[in-house]
Amino acid sequence: MVERLLRVEHVSKRFGGLLALDRASFAAEVGRITALIGPNGAGKTTLFSIISGNLLPSEGSIVYDGANIEGEPPHRLARRGMVRTFQIAQPFTGLTVRENIAVGAHLSRPARADALAAAGDVAREVGLGELLDRPAATLTVAGRKRLELARALATEPRLLLLDEVLAGLNPSEIRDMVPVIRTVRNRGITIVMIEHVMQAVISLAERVVVLSEGRVIAEGPPEAIARDPHVVEAYLGHGAAARMMATGTAHA
Amino acid sequence: MKGLASILVAVTLLGTVPLITSSNVVLNFLVVVFLIALVGQGWNLLGGYGGQYSFGHAAFFGTGAYVTAILQVRYGINAWLGFCIGIAAGALIGTVIGALSFRSRLKGSYFALVTLAFAEVLRIMASVAPITGAGVGTLIKLDLRPEAFQFQSRAPFYWIVLGLVGVSLMLIRVIEDSRFGAYLVAVRENEDAAQALGVNTTIVKLGAMTISAAITAAGGCFYAQYFLFVDAAIAYGPWISIEALLAPIIGGIGTVFGPLLGALVVKTLGEFAKLATGDAPGLDLVIYGCVLVLVVAVAPRGVAGILSDLRHRLLPPKTAVPTSLERGSG
Repeated sequence: MVERLLRVEHVSKRFGGLLALDRASFAAEVGRITALIGPNGAGKTTLFSIISGNLLPSEGSIVYDGANIEGEPPHRLARRGMVRTFQIAQPFTGLTVRENIAVGAHLSRPARADALAAAGDVAREVGLGELLDRPAATLTVAGRKRLELARALATEPRLLLLDEVLAGLNPSEIRDMVPVIRTVRNRGITIVMIEHVMQAVISLAERVVVLSEGRVIAEGPPEAIARDPHVVEAYLGHGAAARMMATGTAHA
Repeated sequence: MKGLASILVAVTLLGTVPLITSSNVVLNFLVVVFLIALVGQGWNLLGGYGGQYSFGHAAFFGTGAYVTAILQVRYGINAWLGFCIGIAAGALIGTVIGALSFRSRLKGSYFALVTLAFAEVLRIMASVAPITGAGVGTLIKLDLRPEAFQFQSRAPFYWIVLGLVGVSLMLIRVIEDSRFGAYLVAVRENEDAAQALGVNTTIVKLGAMTISAAITAAGGCFYAQYFLFVDAAIAYGPWISIEALLAPIIGGIGTVFGPLLGALVVKTLGEFAKLATGDAPGLDLVIYGCVLVLVVAVAPRGVAGILSDLRHRLLPPKTAVPTSLERGSG
């Protein structure tokens, strides 16, 4: 049986009258990439915020590494090996790239020199090696996304939560970033990613979880998900799957 | 360690001043400059490095001053011991105010206003409580013996306050190069991101507040010994909260030497203003205000920033100019 590092069990979240998550459940297997997809407003980021300790669930539980972690603050989760990145990159703009990454590296390295050295290694791994001494404020969007990833990696996580690391990148930047994420997975780090770029999801993820209106409507390998009529309807509207089937048959 | 040498050189050079001149005017002026530099260095750690702008550092200055004075006058405790207890008491007040504000997640202007409120509450309490001498204040008896932390000439006071400034400079430099310092700056730059990377932001801010309060309280303790008089308006008055933030902002916020440079500039301007205006009350504050506006508008990195820009212009940096590979998107 595959080991599950993270289990989300029947998690609901209410914001006043709005039910943002409705008994959502899924699990992330060790050493694999699990992608969380779904149309806008499906509750992906809410679910991420609950997993990473920024929000409390109204109901349900989050089990990480065999322990319930709802309500645990983000800094403690980071010490237990679970680190998230932000959808809108949050660099420490007044610091250089190296100093930014060193903040993450300090988690396991108290000495400044060790942290700065480790920051250099991580930067080279994600392709920021040339820009180590640049102020983070001068990075492009693509550079900021890499920095976001590098800082998280520097904490030496076991579970990495990536919130749309490819959003806002152009196709060639996405092509450069995909292998970086694959390398991270190949080092044995479990990844859960929210992603809209389907081409990347299909090439990266071993498992895809589809959220729609707060519920998990499909779960499985990416090829199967892309053909699932429920998923097609969630993205393109009611009846879309049937119409596509019809046109597909007509063309055949 | 890098940077400690320049601190030693600066402090040693300044230490020779009493050997060159015995002018009380010069020494007195520099003692006040160093006092403000010390108080400002406390503010600089919390405000400059940690991004938590306090408007109430008088709370720590005043606690240091009162504790030093009251312990001697009312309890007959040795002045040097009282000095140390005064610093500890200031640090304790810092921890308490910090715990109350940071646990309530106060940030930005809310934090500034709450610190101001604490300082004002202490000022009002000190102006009515019998133990502080209420409206009359507390006068430390003249006792010109080194054991009583009092000296015939100004030179020993000069060296003591310079020594305190030296220690505070080194402390800040060591913090700059530590994990705690890196976490503190990360909190200033982006608290959510710092927390996501495993930084317990509340503990980091609380630690900074405690050390900051201790440094500023040391200034208060020294004030009590130097002037031998404390009352509520001096100890807890807004004047010292303003001096505490003015010196580092003008000198260069978040830099080791900023508060010292700023104190020197501010006090020199203050003296010129007095000469020019014949001691018109409040006019020095007008000058401060104008300088502050100028600094924020023209040189937001303060005197230290201007100096480092000058150095870069005169001595071009050794590293190659970066290629245009990744150019700014704001």
